Amino acid sequence: MSKTLVWVEHDNAAVKDATLSAVTAAAKLGEVHLLVAGSGARAVADAAAQIAGVGKVHFADDAAFEHALAENVAPLIVELMGHHDAFVAPATTTGKNVAPRVAALLDVAQISDILSVEGEKTFTRPIYAGNAIATVESSDAKLVVTVRGTAFAKAEATGGSGVVEDVASTGDAGLSSFVGAEIAKSERPELTSAKIIVSGGRALKDSETFEATILPLADKLGAAVGASRAAVDAGYVPNDYQVGQTGKIVAPDVYIAVGISGAIQHLAGMKDAKTIIAINKDEDAPIFQVADIGLVADLFTALPELTGKL
Amino acid sequence: MKILVPVKRVIDYNVKPRVKADGTGVDLANVKMSMNPFDEIAVEEAIRLKEASKAEEIIAISVGTTKAQETLRTALAMGADRAILVETDAEVEPLAVAKILKAIVGEENPGLVILGKQAIDDDSNQTGQMLAALTGRPQGTFASKVDVAGDSVAVTREVDGGLETVKLALPAIVTTDLRLNEPRYASLPNIMKAKKKQLDVKSPADYGVDIAPRLKTLKVAEPPVRVAGVKVADVDALVAKLKELGVA
Repeated sequence: MSKTLVWVEHDNAAVKDATLSAVTAAAKLGEVHLLVAGSGARAVADAAAQIAGVGKVHFADDAAFEHALAENVAPLIVELMGHHDAFVAPATTTGKNVAPRVAALLDVAQISDILSVEGEKTFTRPIYAGNAIATVESSDAKLVVTVRGTAFAKAEATGGSGVVEDVASTGDAGLSSFVGAEIAKSERPELTSAKIIVSGGRALKDSETFEATILPLADKLGAAVGASRAAVDAGYVPNDYQVGQTGKIVAPDVYIAVGISGAIQHLAGMKDAKTIIAINKDEDAPIFQVADIGLVADLFTALPELTGKL
Repeated sequence: MKILVPVKRVIDYNVKPRVKADGTGVDLANVKMSMNPFDEIAVEEAIRLKEASKAEEIIAISVGTTKAQETLRTALAMGADRAILVETDAEVEPLAVAKILKAIVGEENPGLVILGKQAIDDDSNQTGQMLAALTGRPQGTFASKVDVAGDSVAVTREVDGGLETVKLALPAIVTTDLRLNEPRYASLPNIMKAKKKQLDVKSPADYGVDIAPRLKTLKVAEPPVRVAGVKVADVDALVAKLKELGVA
């Protein structure tokens, strides 16, 4: 049976949910080992060991790993890949940054953003913004894959009995350093794990109007807030709100698209929602071709009314 | 310093791709092709660095068919100084592209290589990171801001939670995200001038790179199709539907 090494996404305090989908994908390939690379992250390693189905947790603790700089963590992963057959990372911005660096060092073709595991070395993945699904088979001795979180159920975060094993640090490569971050703090659910999402588009006019219109409905529903690329480009909301081919891929139970026309790049990010609701005053907007429930109406009257009646 | 900008010829951003009936791929016959949008942003960023006197020369590179010359001419018309086409009719995977680029980096010794973060055809998002690995250089991926100062570059990256800034020692590799800049259109005089700029044609073998694919595409299929549902008459009807769903 082959051995997989799963990248644990974390903030040095807690395991992020995206890890759990990657564990489910990895379990289809073989034995699941985890890698926690961080700084002062012992609690993360202990929590990771509780994930159902996990064997060993490799734990490397070094200031050089605090911000998961690819230059520093890639050599560590390459060393551990000496005795693993597959490296599996969630397709988060961290996973997408690190995995190809590992793949190239291993001289392996990476398979990005897998949707399913079809065989030992065969996977499906989206191409052309999800307008086509390719089934690909690797001929490399080792595998490097990133996992689309919405395509795999989350492994149970508890109930496992993994063993934490300390790994020596490979140190700081001296090529890069972390300067700072602007990470939005929000009481709202995270986009990629939310059950309900309310998303706004260019029709929201400006950031004040976006907030005044979208947020009350989102608050009422306990929903996460998303946006189309047009709304982000126009500066209504920050970049991390973007849903779409190059933004976040989401699959909530209910996705409410408000004033979003439905460009293919946006649809690529949300068409796996269980129920899509569209509110748009243009009855020919492409969003209605994928929406389960559509309301042709001016959002500036319909949204306050909807919020009031819920 | 020199800046290298690899560009890819892909299906135009506004064209909806159609899967071939025999399931072997996407039909590109008679389809409008353009420069990958993220690569346009990369070209623009290189030009802005040159305009700010942070760079002297911009070299555009493409790995692809002879038609990729058009894409290189677009880069030259925008403001790149010269171009290299590594010509092949084969589909070249990101790892092999990265190996070819590594060889060119060895010859040209650029201070920066700026690439699009992903191509909108295969959506791999790999080449920049792989090039960084093979050359042993630092990588600033998904950049929304690039600030060259002395012997380092500060790159602000679009990450899942917001923005993150890293400082990289030069030479370095940068990949672009959407909001780094808004690419310019080439003016007609510049399009004419671009026709006279140097464009060298090479082959993967010139760089000693084996481009044999590591992945075999067994099948390409349409994704499950969503069908349009119902339109409701008013907000009251929508509220009723939301209650049915258990949302309200």
